[in-house]
Amino acid sequence: MSSFSRCAACKYLRRKCPQDCILAPYFPSSNPQRFACVHKIFGASNVTKMLQQVPVHLRAEAAECISYEAIARVQDPVYGCVGIITQLQQQIIQIHSEIMKIKGDIITHHSAHPQHQPLPPPQGDPCRSISIHQQEQDNFQSDEHPFGNF
Amino acid sequence: MRAKLAMKGHHEPRASSSCAACKLLKRKCTSSCIFAPYFRSDEPKKFAKVHKVFGASNVSKILVEVPEEQREDTVNSLAYEAEARLRDPVYGCIGAIALLQRKMVELQHDLAVARARLAWYAVPVASSSAQGVVMDENVGMVSFDDMPCCSMVNESFGQSSSELTQVPPMNDFGQFPYVF
Repeated sequence: MSSFSRCAACKYLRRKCPQDCILAPYFPSSNPQRFACVHKIFGASNVTKMLQQVPVHLRAEAAECISYEAIARVQDPVYGCVGIITQLQQQIIQIHSEIMKIKGDIITHHSAHPQHQPLPPPQGDPCRSISIHQQEQDNFQSDEHPFGNF
Repeated sequence: MRAKLAMKGHHEPRASSSCAACKLLKRKCTSSCIFAPYFRSDEPKKFAKVHKVFGASNVSKILVEVPEEQREDTVNSLAYEAEARLRDPVYGCIGAIALLQRKMVELQHDLAVARARLAWYAVPVASSSAQGVVMDENVGMVSFDDMPCCSMVNESFGQSSSELTQVPPMNDFGQFPYVF
């Protein structure tokens, strides 16, 4: 590859961009900021090793995820994308609590007004009750906290 | 005596025992080692993982940029991210984010269905078949025509919604790249 068409990585590193540059397909020169973040957090050498360990058909996705994590860490040096995980977990807990509360309200209302015409049974499985999947509950309860394992 | 030598810059006083970082990097662990408070010598794997993914130099630069009181959280989040990336070299932490986003979309659907059901039960017995505005002290003013989930009243909770596969955008990074 000529010096006129160096990838973002080789431009940043101020080196020639060879034909078989492993980073070139995933760090085009049109987005220099992306590689700058990746280099700052992971380093070019580590990113190269990470991509080499991944099958070729998955490298684009791997590079995308690595870039995403790097950008998240640059934006939030303390928590990076783990902050997003924590936020999502908290939101899930909140929604789950709200669903449980509404369940309780429905049961209360039903008990208080037994003469109220019952809701038509759900389609498909007449034995299904008003609840989220038990598996969802199990998965939810077994979710590990990000900071609990060290 | 040691302090005097340190002040004169002759050499840094050595820590009583090397931290995990300095042990792995095979260097002297000084009392001002930035890694020592967070990578104890009895947790060698923690630093090994972080070093493999990020590199000691990059971790050091990240820690220096962060206020001291937040460094422990920084190290723990880096360790978590490193662990995730080593377990899943393609998706790393992003796999967990995608999973949680999908779960959240499903729960939001369940919540909408639950609210619709509650609104159904909130209809007074005498006017259960009436259309229009319904007043309930718990639910507030709700119009069946306005409720987006009216068509889902007959569905049970937890029914998978094949139409709800699009992951919502995240924060400032725009559309999340993965749709499951």
